[in-house]
Amino acid sequence: MTRHSDPTQVQLTADGRLKHFLTTEGLSKALLTEILDLADSFISTQERAVKKVPLLRGKTVVNLFFENSTRTRSTFELAAKRLSADILNLDIARSATSKGETLMDTLWNLEAMYSDMFVVRHADSGAAHFIAEQVTPGVAIINAGDGRHAHPTQAMLDMLTIRRHKGTIEGQTVAIVGDILHSRVARSQIHALITLGAKEIRVIGPATLVPKEMADLGAKIYFDLEQGLADVDVVIMLRLQKERMSDALLPSEGEYFKLYGLTEAKLAIAKPDAIVMHPGPINRGVEIDSAVADGEQSVILNQVSYGIAVRMAVMAMAMSGQVAEQQSLAAKKLNDDNSEPSETGAIA
Amino acid sequence: MSAFELPNAETLCQQLALDVKQLINEKNLQQPLLIGIRTGGAWLAQRLQTALELPELGILDISFYRDDFDERGLSIQAKGSELPDSIEDRSIILVDDVLMSGRTIRAAMNEIFDYGRPTSIHLVSLLDIGQRQLPIQADLVGAKLTLAADQKIKLSGPSPLALTFA
Repeated sequence: MTRHSDPTQVQLTADGRLKHFLTTEGLSKALLTEILDLADSFISTQERAVKKVPLLRGKTVVNLFFENSTRTRSTFELAAKRLSADILNLDIARSATSKGETLMDTLWNLEAMYSDMFVVRHADSGAAHFIAEQVTPGVAIINAGDGRHAHPTQAMLDMLTIRRHKGTIEGQTVAIVGDILHSRVARSQIHALITLGAKEIRVIGPATLVPKEMADLGAKIYFDLEQGLADVDVVIMLRLQKERMSDALLPSEGEYFKLYGLTEAKLAIAKPDAIVMHPGPINRGVEIDSAVADGEQSVILNQVSYGIAVRMAVMAMAMSGQVAEQQSLAAKKLNDDNSEPSETGAIA
Repeated sequence: MSAFELPNAETLCQQLALDVKQLINEKNLQQPLLIGIRTGGAWLAQRLQTALELPELGILDISFYRDDFDERGLSIQAKGSELPDSIEDRSIILVDDVLMSGRTIRAAMNEIFDYGRPTSIHLVSLLDIGQRQLPIQADLVGAKLTLAADQKIKLSGPSPLALTFA
């Protein structure tokens, strides 16, 4: 296994265009804005009679899911189909054999089927990055969630949701509430929010679920929900990841709801026009009350629609970056070949 | 660099407005819908809309429909199209700035049909510089030019409209 390089650099071409999408960390404001602008265009194409555009016609996208996820996988599948790509869905249970080897064997087999893009979901942090380093040039990798590290397309659909409902991300106060510890979404959101100019980011949750390093990322830590919600513009509720709770980090679900569940009364502490977001699936009565989830301030279902558009945007941009890079490499090779003196020329 | 002067785009645009009006009358186009292709065609279509006092205007961004994705990738300027809710059974007047290979028009027509089935499409272009690669002709052109192999033309705008060598 080669040593890991900087993920920010791996995902960009020499001239700064996206060619893989692994993390929001380190990407420029201009590039994140380009993703959001392109996603906006794809929202309008999806309102048409024919929802497809022929942009990735003839390309093959493989959904490579080492970890289950119905929603994320389906929206990637729809996104690929609406770009006219062919898509293959592979749900691969984690193998007991050496992970690196299994991963690469799987990948080489799929490359042999002339795939152009892999959408990767894996329980290990850094899996998508590892694949991006190993994959044949010209093949794009999209991170659909790796361990506790990153979930960049979810973060970008959340940015799009904020921008479409609040007009801009600049100057907003955003609260992220719940199980921050297990959340790759929260990390990706914080990076994107900072780059896009949010005024203040708060992470709110019980001390056992809010790691201190969140402060190093630039977020303010609150252990009290009511204090943390004062004057916020955006409330992002995270799912309580019950399947990841191997240790006794919480007293009980009932106790959690009492302290950190979002109810109408608690939402009233935020700004009156605050929006409520949730990446889904929702645990009603655990982290959010049904009255809030289905209420007027909730934009949870809008997030799902925007998710398709954002995934179309990053897929189109990454494929485009790969195409541009391959073209410039081919041009360079042609140039080098021409400038080399031929054997006969050298003799003469 | 150029051996001849390029025509005045503003003059061509005024003449084109009269010609389009005549086309609408001759063909008896009901509720004609002007659709301009981004960017130059959209400027021109806006002018024609004002001159003809038409209530609507469509803007078409063909970035997602180009046939050279594998050579160039996606344009960073892709902004998306803005068309009326329905173009079903509408008489469309498609407006472009410079007609050359015909590939832009092919892409534009493919995109239009993904929005619905228009009754008809007529093509209007400020300039026709030949060099066609597809069987596509304009119904109305402002002027026809023949360029040298290394010459390219672009329209700048939106106000004033001007043709320059690129």
